Amino acid sequence: MHCSSSWLTRPFRERATQCFLGILLAALAVVTLFNLTLPAEHPLHVSTYTVTLLGKYLSYALLAVAVDLVWGYLGILSLGHGAFFALGGYAMGMYLMRQIGDRGTYGDPLLPDFMVFLDWDALPWYWLGFDMAWFAFLMVLLAPGLLALVFGFLAFRSRVTGVYLSIITQALTFALMLAFFRNEMGFGGNNGLTDFKELLGFDLRSDATRLGLFLATGMALAVGYVLCRAIVSSKLGRVCVATRDAEARTRFLGYRVERFQLFVFVVSAMLAGVAGALYVPQVGIINPSEFSPIFSIEIVLWVALGGRATLYGAVIGAILVNYAKTVFTGVMPDAWLFALGGMFVLVTVLLPKGIAGLLAYRLRRRRPPPSSSPEPTAPREASA
Amino acid sequence: MSFLHSLADRDRVFDFLVPAASPVDVRHGPILYLDGVTVSFDGFRAINDLNLTIDDGELRCIIGPNGAGKTTMMDIITGKTRPDSGSVWFGSRHDLLAKSEPEIASLGIGRKFQKPTVFEALTVFENLELAMSADKRILPTLTARLTGEIRDRIEEVLATVGLVECRQRLAGILSHGQKQWLEIGMLLMQRPRLLLVDEPVAGMTEQEMERTAELLTSLAGKGKQSVVVVEHDMGFVRSIARTVTVLHQGSVLAEGSMDQVSHDPKVVEVYLGADPDEEAA
Repeated sequence: MHCSSSWLTRPFRERATQCFLGILLAALAVVTLFNLTLPAEHPLHVSTYTVTLLGKYLSYALLAVAVDLVWGYLGILSLGHGAFFALGGYAMGMYLMRQIGDRGTYGDPLLPDFMVFLDWDALPWYWLGFDMAWFAFLMVLLAPGLLALVFGFLAFRSRVTGVYLSIITQALTFALMLAFFRNEMGFGGNNGLTDFKELLGFDLRSDATRLGLFLATGMALAVGYVLCRAIVSSKLGRVCVATRDAEARTRFLGYRVERFQLFVFVVSAMLAGVAGALYVPQVGIINPSEFSPIFSIEIVLWVALGGRATLYGAVIGAILVNYAKTVFTGVMPDAWLFALGGMFVLVTVLLPKGIAGLLAYRLRRRRPPPSSSPEPTAPREASA
Repeated sequence: MSFLHSLADRDRVFDFLVPAASPVDVRHGPILYLDGVTVSFDGFRAINDLNLTIDDGELRCIIGPNGAGKTTMMDIITGKTRPDSGSVWFGSRHDLLAKSEPEIASLGIGRKFQKPTVFEALTVFENLELAMSADKRILPTLTARLTGEIRDRIEEVLATVGLVECRQRLAGILSHGQKQWLEIGMLLMQRPRLLLVDEPVAGMTEQEMERTAELLTSLAGKGKQSVVVVEHDMGFVRSIARTVTVLHQGSVLAEGSMDQVSHDPKVVEVYLGADPDEEAA
């Protein structure tokens, strides 16, 4: 943990990161193999539908990692990370809309269908440039990053923390949802952006593209995970944990706490944006419901269920909860919210450190390691 | 014209000629010099014409009944409270009243608060690492490496405060006494010239008190730190003090060795006519 290596290569020397990357890459390889080589009637065959479903889970997992970075290590409970996810998704969606060209229902070479429908005669200025992939992909990072920068600058400078910050982030995503619902905004109103044809010239409905998107999402998750590990295992990560547990004391040591918070918050928002951009081509639609407050709260539940301040816990939580959601909404659609609530209550009571906490406990019982991972301090007990 | 006059007026060195981070000048003896300091809150004089001199490398104990102005005095030295009148000098070059809290801290005045605050989710080693004086901006912190030099410095402080064995232990599971020592260690990481220590042994066991006494006496010395201890526990003060200052109603009541002070009739009277030794019991 204290090797003097460069901050970016440090994660590769950690056992936990090696394990995580190993399992992730193995899973990607197995799914690819079973999808490509086994015939459709074979019991182990992975259908393209399942591949896309798994790709969606992986983009959620990246989003959960982004939330865990700010919540687990910095102590900022963001209830508005869905907004950054959706902004990244809209940037990707705008690019995909421009790629449709004249193949839309109305056949307009320049304007997307919804603009023709609304009788607009020119493309709004903020749609310019989205026909170029590099510009759109840059916006996937910049749009959520800029929003996080401005929002975080104002919030952290005035030392808004704790529950107040959570409420403001919730208000932020709610306000954006209302704005994006309006047709006048030029983002397709409540229908959002859909009917995509191709991405970088690849047909979005072909099996190969869908497998490629799944693999790209898996790689993005791997890169995002390593980046977050690099941040939290650096000295900056220890400053974050110090800020989380004793902000005034950290400030007293000479660290400009609000700048550290802003830096990590912006990095997290950009990761959420990337997750959104990978989500959109796989589900084929982006609409304002991704901004809904309930979605942002759900993300936090994934992280809580998986286990805070571990990063891999967030991945486990996101995948498990969404798998359960797929199963439940298929079998008993009405029972899903009860099941989610029940799970949350059970885990909070029985597993306060989440599933990751249970895993770590099992491992520790098998071989007692000199572990000292910075887990959040449970409700402080007077130690005197 | 007046500007030209001020240029010709050479009573004092121009501000811009004095390097901001010039070292503390203790050639004339004292490292800390308070002269005629007065401060009042809503008409109540918390500090009343206080004069105090701490020599370089000295270990000084400050005692006094509640409300004598001990904490206010610490606040003034660290820049938290501004006095109404008087002057406070650090060495013979730095006017502390003209400096902000962070500036004073970076000059080399470290303060330990009464309640220990350490980062409980980090190890003892990591606590010291964060406390070390270093470039504390974002990118240097992100790319910071643990060089041999830094490691040596941390090990040195670990040895000084006697926490070598607990190096990799989480600070949250340390005992109360160990947390206090860790916090003193965090101050030492910043290479202070003057340590202000507020009630270090409150809540400690007999054994921990002894260790703390050893630690504080070993810290003070020429070329090392000067240490100012505010303490209620008379037994503890007697065990470490070379010079004791008694504060009462915001000014110095008596000063001298523990024996001199405890037999001073004024001091005896302030402590309700009781012997200070018994007061502590």
